[in-house]
Amino acid sequence: MKKTIILLSLALVSWGAFAQHDHSKMGHSTEGHSNMDSKMENKTMVQSSVNVERSKSATAIIDNYLALKDALVADNSTKAASSGEKLFDAFEKFDISAQAKSQQKELAEIIEVASEHAEHISENSGSIDHQREHFEMLSKDIRDLTLITGSDRTLYQAFCPMYNNKEGGVWLSASSEIKNPFYGNKMLKCGSVQQEITVK
Amino acid sequence: MKLLKIIGLVLLVVLVGLQFFPARSNRSTAIPSSDFVKTYKVPEQVTQILHTACYNCHSNSTNYPWYSRVQPVGWYLENHIDNGKEELNFSEFGSYSGRKQQSKLTSMISQVEDDKMPLPSYTFIHREARLSAEDKNNLVDYLKTLKE
Repeated sequence: MKKTIILLSLALVSWGAFAQHDHSKMGHSTEGHSNMDSKMENKTMVQSSVNVERSKSATAIIDNYLALKDALVADNSTKAASSGEKLFDAFEKFDISAQAKSQQKELAEIIEVASEHAEHISENSGSIDHQREHFEMLSKDIRDLTLITGSDRTLYQAFCPMYNNKEGGVWLSASSEIKNPFYGNKMLKCGSVQQEITVK
Repeated sequence: MKLLKIIGLVLLVVLVGLQFFPARSNRSTAIPSSDFVKTYKVPEQVTQILHTACYNCHSNSTNYPWYSRVQPVGWYLENHIDNGKEELNFSEFGSYSGRKQQSKLTSMISQVEDDKMPLPSYTFIHREARLSAEDKNNLVDYLKTLKE
């Protein structure tokens, strides 16, 4: 079993290092490329997998988050706003008291911050860049949330090294196929899977 | 002509009447330990920028202009400041969760970098709140040091 895990992670690492990315639409300098590749390699080196509980408690949150992500992939700001609103409602309805006592404080903090991001996204139809800024922060919150609440499906944490002046940005997807929500059609394939969140 | 006089008189009465309903004042004098400036031991130069360009709407201590005493201007400001504080309150920053602090720092940096804050409609009237290129750099560079 141990051997298989080591082999698997080796395979993942080498896959990451040699992954081909379709940047044909980007047209930026070669310097940008090398910079980006080195960053991407660093990030893929830590590619890993975490296992979370199987649970439906966060299903509405995950559903609406993924709908929001898809709207941003499709460059659809109006739809992103309506998904943001539904996500906000899902946070409101989330029952913290049903979660483990020891995690409730952390969950409350995550939900407070994440709801604010969802609210901003819902109020900013028409300025997709601003929606994307909040989406990036929101993605980290959703990730941390699912690690506590568990998930009803496998999620993939992907990373785009270009986003936010090359600071990079993460998002979650239900598929390992890269569809970039930060750039949409401009750089649909930019990014790589960083971590797999699997369900027990 | 007579009609105009009547309208004018009614307006005057209404305006005078409004003055009997002053806006709630946002003016706490003590600086709490949760204040951003105390939480992080912010350097003097940055503190100065925050106080002149941000604290009027984003803290519990507003430095009001004289016309804020005139209604309905005062009510408008009250509402404006309530919204500002709900979004970000420097007086309470230290009591935010670590996650919220980091999230707010990220937003501050991008809002200042993109010239969205201080609000252009605000700096139009409050010329002293405009950030020079140097102020902007100092502020953003400092905020970035607080990011984890």
